Amino acid sequence: MTRTSDQLWHFHGGLKLDSNKAMSTASPIIKAKLPARLVIPVQQHIGKAGQVLVKVGDRVLKGQVLAECNEYVSAPVHAPSSGRIVVIDELPAPHPSGLNTLCIVIETDGEDKWVERQPTQQPTSKSPAELRQLIRNAGIVGLGGAAFPTAVKTNPGPQAHIETLIINGAECEPYISCDDMLMREFAEELISGCAIIQYMVSASHCLIAIEDNKPEAIAALEVAIKAQALQNIEVVSIPTLYPSGGEKQLIKILTHKEVPSDGLPSEIGLLVQNVGTAVAVHNAIILGEPLISRIVTVTGEGVMQPQNMQVLMGTLMSELIEQSGGYHDDASKLIMGGPMMGFTLQSDNLPVIKGCNCLLVENTPLQTPATMPCIRCGVCATVCPAQLLPQQLYWMASSKNFDLVQDYHLFDCIECGCCAQVCPSQIPLVQYYRFAKTEIWNQERDRIKSDHARVRHDFRQARIDREQKERAEKLRKKKELLEKKKLAEAAEKETGNAPEVDPKKAAIEAAMKRVREKKAAQQAASDE
Amino acid sequence: MQFKTASSPHIAQQNSVQSLMFKVLLAMVPGTIAMIVFFGWGVLINIIIASVAALCAEALMLWLRKRPIKPFITDGSALLTAALLALALPQLAPWWLTVIGTLFAIVVAKHLYGGLGFNPFNPAMVGYVVVIISFPKEMTQWVPPLLDTYTQLTFNETLNIIFGGHLPPTYTWDAITMATPLDTVKTQLGLELSIHEIETHKKYAPMFGFIGGFGWEWVNGLFLATGLYLAIKGIIDWRIPAGIIVALLVLSNTFALYDYASFTPPTFHLFSGGIMLAAFFIATDPITAATTTKGRWLYGMGIGIFIFIIRTWGSYPDGIAFAVLLMNMAAPLLDYYTMPRAFGHRWTEFPHHHKVEDDEE
Repeated sequence: MTRTSDQLWHFHGGLKLDSNKAMSTASPIIKAKLPARLVIPVQQHIGKAGQVLVKVGDRVLKGQVLAECNEYVSAPVHAPSSGRIVVIDELPAPHPSGLNTLCIVIETDGEDKWVERQPTQQPTSKSPAELRQLIRNAGIVGLGGAAFPTAVKTNPGPQAHIETLIINGAECEPYISCDDMLMREFAEELISGCAIIQYMVSASHCLIAIEDNKPEAIAALEVAIKAQALQNIEVVSIPTLYPSGGEKQLIKILTHKEVPSDGLPSEIGLLVQNVGTAVAVHNAIILGEPLISRIVTVTGEGVMQPQNMQVLMGTLMSELIEQSGGYHDDASKLIMGGPMMGFTLQSDNLPVIKGCNCLLVENTPLQTPATMPCIRCGVCATVCPAQLLPQQLYWMASSKNFDLVQDYHLFDCIECGCCAQVCPSQIPLVQYYRFAKTEIWNQERDRIKSDHARVRHDFRQARIDREQKERAEKLRKKKELLEKKKLAEAAEKETGNAPEVDPKKAAIEAAMKRVREKKAAQQAASDE
Repeated sequence: MQFKTASSPHIAQQNSVQSLMFKVLLAMVPGTIAMIVFFGWGVLINIIIASVAALCAEALMLWLRKRPIKPFITDGSALLTAALLALALPQLAPWWLTVIGTLFAIVVAKHLYGGLGFNPFNPAMVGYVVVIISFPKEMTQWVPPLLDTYTQLTFNETLNIIFGGHLPPTYTWDAITMATPLDTVKTQLGLELSIHEIETHKKYAPMFGFIGGFGWEWVNGLFLATGLYLAIKGIIDWRIPAGIIVALLVLSNTFALYDYASFTPPTFHLFSGGIMLAAFFIATDPITAATTTKGRWLYGMGIGIFIFIIRTWGSYPDGIAFAVLLMNMAAPLLDYYTMPRAFGHRWTEFPHHHKVEDDEE
């Protein structure tokens, strides 16, 4: 036993949703075909983009670094297969904005030839800092969807003491099953990854939390733990309730603790990692392989053969759909992520990135919802896992009262979508909150900018003032000098005294006189 | 392949304002049938008059305000307002009184404040208060509940009275109308009779049933039953009716224990007049109620307290409409001071006041 009691707690609200996971878990994970071209966005994570190290025409090997990170919160990207760099340019990438981003395109050579890998047989032979560096070099980011660099997250700082490592296998969003399948098929790798992270942050125990709608995954992990006779690692089955996989909600369920609004889990002795991230850590340390592939759930009523696929980063989504039997005729929406928090994509001609856990193809006809005015029924508040008042936030956001909306804790909203899902007036509430957040960020940026501008302006004004003053001072001094001179001359005229002859002037005068005399003498001589 | 984009969540939504309103309307049917049984055809005629007036007023206001007519006229909110108002009016109220009340509810209380979702006061209760203040005499034309001593009116007779004001020959107003139990208790207490004396009085005794007013107890019982169903289904918030009932129980019990001769017992309070209709169907109007969980408890309790005060010491026999409107006014304040503790925050921090500076737009 690693926990003092078996008790679980509840977070506020939440929704029971139809899971719709079975459609994609019928067959084992399928390895996607090696595509002819791989499109690798340089930035696939939260933080700064890396610096591109290759140029068009370069040959690269599988696992070779393509872009390096030189900021703390950043991650490198690697070549998912061997081949030749053909394009480095701004290309479409999956992002809610739909904007282009810098991508490196590799034409694969089909050899899939690795760079030299450096496996670490015994992770405990290395220091946590060394392991962190390896994780950093492997380009690992959180694979639950947020894609935050793992090396940063596993470095909570010297003050923090991590008591418990929580491995998030909740996978609470409907349709998505990549974590479920990963736990079923890579249980040993997962346990190994957990042990490595646990060692790195010196957590005394590790909890793997899984929603109780995944009995196969729970069984597989229990077998793997038993086989290795591990004492301080435990699988916890939690009730299926969306959004139990939210980091803060999961912590509440397991520990009854609440992460402070402006704080991190490490402040209350916890670290949460996704199951996929743990496997990636195993691969990076034990096998020496960087993060170049992930499991993607291709599912939904709009796709012929829903399934889970092991996909190289940079593979185009259209190819995954094709390998899953193609679209149904009524396919209407393509979503990256789940139906609650995922975002729609304009096209399937986009690469799979590190944060892409699911491609969901819906077949529900697109119709503008019959939005009615808010009737303040408050059902949204009863389902809000952040214990907010969504109806009040909606009023404030729609009237652009950006001060008050922050007092009602807008920034504690995790955008889980529960409120919008139950709203009888069918108001797209989350859209209003995103709008308000973006506006506030913009205002903040503008404020910082204008503060800078004001400081610069003040400096410039001060400089101009100073220069003006200095000039005026100079002028005044010159004038004074001139005045003095004039006064002196006038005084001399009055007294009749000849002005004193300047010795320099006298010398010049004398020299000139001599030259003139000489010239005259020469003239005279030539005349004769 | 190209796709259209949309905002999350992407799961098709089943809830709608319309289904909410019609579920509430449906839940009112059993209690309404009981009212028709006990109080005659006037109940139904009032509902029809109010509904027609409400739908006409709604359509006209939507057209004047250049709002889409179809989604709003079919949302059921106008019908609900009409039904609630009609049930609160005396069964033999003249047609124009019902129409005036309804028009005031829909035109002034609802649309002039911005229509569905924007009205601060419960429209049905505004309509009721307007007519009870303006036409106190007509508002006393209550029919006695199925009593042998009183003549039962036929449908046509009722229609004639409501639309023509003509009593059938040989009938007098005293023969077909009577004061409600609440009214009787109030008047007779004022005449220094004790509760026991009123309940056993030859003339008034038939007005009292097992636990409340005769007939009224059945009506209230059915509204309670269907209201509980709505609360369990989460269609209305249970805290508001709970607050009303708890407050009324506590107050009436305390006073009845203190002086049982002058204060009616709790069961009489709960099962006479319109308490259950008010608690489960009127006060639960979410638009005009408080919206936080704590706020809803306080909102309900406030209504219960005001009903007790007005019934006991006020000049109206039943104070539901005034109690609801008074608490409507308090709803924003209740919401402000009962903000829930957000996740990850230690305690409830009241939102700061952001003063709008004069030089700012």
